[in-house]
Amino acid sequence: MNEKEYGEYVEKRAKKSPIIKNCVFAFLIGGAICTLGQGFFHLYTHFGMEETDARTLVSITLIFLASLLTGLGVFDNIARIAGAGTLVPITGFSNAVSSQAIDTKSEGYILGVGAKIFTIAGPVILYGTVSGAIYGVIYYFACLIWGAK
Amino acid sequence: MDIFFDYLWAFIIGGILCVIAQVLIDKTKLTPARILVLYVCLGVFLTAIGLYEPLVELAGSGATTPLTGFGYAIAQGVKKAVDEKGLLGALTGGIGATAGGISAAISFGLIMSLIFSSKPKR
Repeated sequence: MNEKEYGEYVEKRAKKSPIIKNCVFAFLIGGAICTLGQGFFHLYTHFGMEETDARTLVSITLIFLASLLTGLGVFDNIARIAGAGTLVPITGFSNAVSSQAIDTKSEGYILGVGAKIFTIAGPVILYGTVSGAIYGVIYYFACLIWGAK
Repeated sequence: MDIFFDYLWAFIIGGILCVIAQVLIDKTKLTPARILVLYVCLGVFLTAIGLYEPLVELAGSGATTPLTGFGYAIAQGVKKAVDEKGLLGALTGGIGATAGGISAAISFGLIMSLIFSSKPKR
């Protein structure tokens, strides 16, 4: 094995292991958050809540927990290990909103917190809403043309 | 036993959706913010072509908790609103269906900013 081959070998090993480790943690922690959500869902429907409303309340519950953990400074420590495991569930959205709010406090409540709270949430809401609206228009005309439901 | 499988599928599907994002973060130059936007739009698209609903039926919160589920809620809301109100629903359904989540996130965000101050980054 010459120097170049060894260099490639080291690089391959060095890059490979963190990805697998990251994926394992993302899977376990992301899966755990969703399972927790499922637990709340069972709890809320058990008390007679309608499914759609229960789903919304589950989201709100997880948003609240993530927001609180962000404020306490715990969320970042979990996110450092979990990576996409805390980012992809609704907890990541909540963390993005709350951490922006807390970090921009020194810039004032109107143009600091008020504007920058949407730094990450804004794009998500914008593109989600617009793609939803496009779907709505297509769906409306598809129903007109084919009369499908 | 049914309940056990509900939880198992929620864990597996939720976990897989996170792993896909993790691979995208590690292998491409996609930033977390782009991943979130991508996931929401993907959720809307997959719901529109009818692929996401079966996943929600299988995995429950495993499919609705990830941000693709946010897109699913938008698309579901739009469809329902269009059925009820016609074309106007295309504009009212999406935000209507996700109003709870958005309002909660920004309200709690504001409350947390009133209570806590940012800590120095380690």
